[in-house]
Amino acid sequence: MPSNNMGPRTRVGQAHYIAPLEETPVDEIDKLDESVKARSTWADAWDSMRRRPMFWISSVLILIILLVAAFPQLFSPFSPTFCELKFSNQGPQAGHPLGFTRQGCDVYARIIFGAQASVTVGVLATLLVAVFGGIVGALAGFYGGVFDAIVSRVGDIFFAIPTVLGAIVLMSVLPVRSAATVALVLALFAWPQIARIMRGAVLTARNSDYVMASIALGVTKFKILVRHVIPNAIAPVIAVATVSLGIFIVAEATLSFLGVGLPPTVMSWGNDIGQARTSLRTEPQVLLFPSAALSITVLSFLMLGDVVSDALDPKERARR
Amino acid sequence: MLWYTGRRLLQTIPVFFGATFLIYFMVFALPGDPIAALYGDRPPAPGVIEIIRAQYHLDEPFIVQYLLYVGGLFQGDFGTTYSGRPVIDVMAQAFPITFRLAMLALAFEAIAGILVGLIAGLRKGKWFDTSALVVSLLLISVPTFVIGFVAQLVFGVQLGWARTTVSGAAPWSELILPALVLASVSFAYIVRLTRASVGENLNADFVRTATAKGLSRRRVVTVHVLRNSLVPVVTYLGIDVGALMVGAIVTEGIFNINGVGGTVYRAILLGENPTVVSFVAVMVIIFVMANLLVDLLYAALDPRIRYAK
Repeated sequence: MPSNNMGPRTRVGQAHYIAPLEETPVDEIDKLDESVKARSTWADAWDSMRRRPMFWISSVLILIILLVAAFPQLFSPFSPTFCELKFSNQGPQAGHPLGFTRQGCDVYARIIFGAQASVTVGVLATLLVAVFGGIVGALAGFYGGVFDAIVSRVGDIFFAIPTVLGAIVLMSVLPVRSAATVALVLALFAWPQIARIMRGAVLTARNSDYVMASIALGVTKFKILVRHVIPNAIAPVIAVATVSLGIFIVAEATLSFLGVGLPPTVMSWGNDIGQARTSLRTEPQVLLFPSAALSITVLSFLMLGDVVSDALDPKERARR
Repeated sequence: MLWYTGRRLLQTIPVFFGATFLIYFMVFALPGDPIAALYGDRPPAPGVIEIIRAQYHLDEPFIVQYLLYVGGLFQGDFGTTYSGRPVIDVMAQAFPITFRLAMLALAFEAIAGILVGLIAGLRKGKWFDTSALVVSLLLISVPTFVIGFVAQLVFGVQLGWARTTVSGAAPWSELILPALVLASVSFAYIVRLTRASVGENLNADFVRTATAKGLSRRRVVTVHVLRNSLVPVVTYLGIDVGALMVGAIVTEGIFNINGVGGTVYRAILLGENPTVVSFVAVMVIIFVMANLLVDLLYAALDPRIRYAK
């Protein structure tokens, strides 16, 4: 529609309205606030995590559990191996809040000293799986080719054997049973899961613009992998690894209960729960308290894993 | 679809050989002489050990033993136990019982898990959702054997609703309590998976479109939300078959059921290696087949997967 009315604000010599420069200070609108730091994934994740009570509850619990596992003698005045049959199956009493086992050992002391074995297996197995599965998966996803094919097929084979089932068979023939062998055996059958997740994440990161830019700048392939691809692909691995720490602790207890995990001489929650089976009907506390300790530990890692994976999930971040 | 099915079948072959080889290797190539162990402290007459070793091909090189074993598998020969009973006989007795147990457990976890997960996902943040989340976390963090002991004590001994141990024939009714125990952990995982999946799909564009078209809430939820949310749940059911097998070893041990799990448990304790290898090999085959089936089902449910490289 042709119009001669250019409006009241049209100035002489102007075909249409042009705002004077001082009215639209471009540098004001487009200005970057340079005092604000660039935010990384990790800073964002931390911001979201620290607002959730679940994060603090699980972190504090995990800290306490780790302290108990490292320095059990600080938390119990009694020795877990000092047992007197005269106390056999007695209930809670002064100084012994959780009562006694059939052998007359203090249940509280055994729980405190049993933490070490369970936590060691969980942490060690998780580290092994995360490091080995992570590295193998990253290399397979990044370099591809023959190495990827071999890793993926070997991973398929180990993936075809359910973790605890494979661990039961292998532990039943191994001559040495210790926290280290249990962790190693669990890790042997559990690594393909982490390797698959890492491989997928690396494949996504490998095709991103910042990797293209690094290639254009002439950065070596290995440096790209270490500096750019892995830091951007590791988030899902961390989330899954935190949850699997809890699952490994349950797996260790299951193996010990079946008699193919830690030897009975090692104090562990799994062994104690298995032994308490015989006195469950009359003295449930002997079974229930170590079970509760185990469950609280596992629950802490599950909750932390949940919070971490929510915080690192880009979809969740976008929704905020 | 045909091309995809064929390729997935071919991929299963090396996995089958690799997995059975691994199990065979673990049991037979590691230190320990099962024949000497049969006799305990008193050594048998000279020559007896050699005869038994030849009978079980233990004098052959390891790889020959494995090939003989796999050859036997294809002819339906699963080996014999050290007491001379064919392993396949033991299997024929044990598998129907565990099949019933697993079916009950699968039915419970699938129906109850999807239902609870769906309601929780539709009411995110409400009390039902919160309590479903808490209960599911608790079920995952308490080991199956503790749940089993407590269920046995409460429902078997104190309330008297169920038998504490299952009789030899293991009829369906006696397997209900063990099946609930067996299903508990998987139930929790299915609740969490369905809930997350429903929550995600509720925000999807196709659901908004369906609502905008004027469809009833009921139809939107059942046809559009639930159906799409079931895809990851179906995948999980495949992996879950593996978890059920391990769970069966524990649950059948607790409730004294003469199924696959109970047999494996006793065979491990007695060092009955041929039994352990054959049972675990069959378990692995079932696990691989279940995953194959789920992959094909998954491809049928989601056409994008078929065409992906």
